[in-house]
Amino acid sequence: MRYSGLKVITQGLFGNKGWKPAWRDPEPKAEYDAVIIGGGGHGLSTAYYLAKNHGLRNIAVLEKGYLGGGNVGRNTTIVRANYFLPGNSEFYSHSLKLWEKLETELNYNVMHSQRGQVVLFHSDGQRDAAVRRANAIVNQGDDAEILDVPTLKERFPFLDYEQTRFPIYGGMNQARAGTARHDAVAWGYARGADQMGVDLIQNCEVTGIDIEGGRVVGVQTTRGAIKAKKVGMVAAGRSGQVAAMAGMRLPVESHIMQAYVTEGLKPCIDTVISFGMGHFYISQSDKGGLIFGGDIDFYASYAARGNLPMLEHVMEAGMTLMPMIGRAKVLRTWGGIMDMTPDGSPIIDKTHIEGLFVDAGWNYGGFKATPASGWCMAHLMATGQTHEVAAKFRLDRFRTGHLLDEEGTGSQHNLH
Amino acid sequence: MRLNCPLCGPRDRREFYYFGSEDYLNRPAPDALEEAWDEHLHLRANPAGITKDLWYHEGGCSSWLLVTRSTVTHEVHSVERVADRNGAQS
Repeated sequence: MRYSGLKVITQGLFGNKGWKPAWRDPEPKAEYDAVIIGGGGHGLSTAYYLAKNHGLRNIAVLEKGYLGGGNVGRNTTIVRANYFLPGNSEFYSHSLKLWEKLETELNYNVMHSQRGQVVLFHSDGQRDAAVRRANAIVNQGDDAEILDVPTLKERFPFLDYEQTRFPIYGGMNQARAGTARHDAVAWGYARGADQMGVDLIQNCEVTGIDIEGGRVVGVQTTRGAIKAKKVGMVAAGRSGQVAAMAGMRLPVESHIMQAYVTEGLKPCIDTVISFGMGHFYISQSDKGGLIFGGDIDFYASYAARGNLPMLEHVMEAGMTLMPMIGRAKVLRTWGGIMDMTPDGSPIIDKTHIEGLFVDAGWNYGGFKATPASGWCMAHLMATGQTHEVAAKFRLDRFRTGHLLDEEGTGSQHNLH
Repeated sequence: MRLNCPLCGPRDRREFYYFGSEDYLNRPAPDALEEAWDEHLHLRANPAGITKDLWYHEGGCSSWLLVTRSTVTHEVHSVERVADRNGAQS
């Protein structure tokens, strides 16, 4: 079924009785050409582009829970392409371009809103770094501009500019950045993949990866054995457990990152604002809730809930930056399991096992990467060659010393 | 979360600095192959369950601690000083 405005109106007139499920609920087949482990945003987009760009139709996505129930359903929904390092910048640039066409591509409203993102700076040194980053982004072909304080005061009168500790010196704006409805991205890719014949198999946990003579031959699941010559591991925070089934250790440690949402408020923040002197970034959803987040909790965890010290830090940072939010009530907090790498950059690569591929290590930046991650992973699985914009996301770069440390914080999993 | 420091007693998580997996204790020989250094510095079992990791009691006695805990429930099973372990090198 193709969605359109006319469809909404006619369905509305006739009691909305004609809507059909957006995807099938198939039984797993005994064999596929390719199997994706993980039905989150990246797994679904990988399956979508394998079918769309490379013509593979005999594919399954195996999801142990329900589609989009992991990190794609629990994040702060920010889409941006403001990376500095060669290797990262062209990848996120590619991803943003895919975002801009995504709703037409999928015939699905992912509520992509290019409302911009302003990253504030609070010292001369931070201003220099912001200008340098902005120039790198412009050279990459994307947009960035430096906003001075009078401009900021006009747009954001609610920020606390005059405080002595972290005065605001300006901000770097990327007008093409913004937000999207997180679940809808997963659902849109799922529906698109399903329409091309991809089997989306939920409640199907992979319990083993079958390897014979250095080649992958299939997977064991809670719904039976499935043969496949190509298997993609796209399991985000659970990548360590999946890789362990193939006898591998990944350069990944899973950490918790919390996010927070307030009660619905009248429109007051029309962009994404990031504080430069503490971990705090905020936007407002279409329902009116303020969505904000901070850093990881800094210790390895799969608990999907955070601890109080980081919550306290985020609230303090928010109150320092914009005291107006002090009386907004926080409705929910939640934690996502982040697959942290030692340099803060992801991995899209082959493994030493023939036919086994890995897409992991998205740290806390996986949401905006959803289209390009799937695009590049599909390219890798279909052709056996790394896609040019993901060429530096090598699995062995830590051993060989070719790190992509965007923040320059050092080779430790929790420092990014 | 609170950690029961062997020297200082139960203390708030904020007093401690998390470093990472106990793999950091298994330092290869200086002339070891780069694969061994990769194992030591980067590759992780990353268990969902019981793990052992290194914490530094930054806001207390400055001990390096080996903490056995669950990454799923945040339950802490034991805390020992790295310096007190059998065969530990000072």
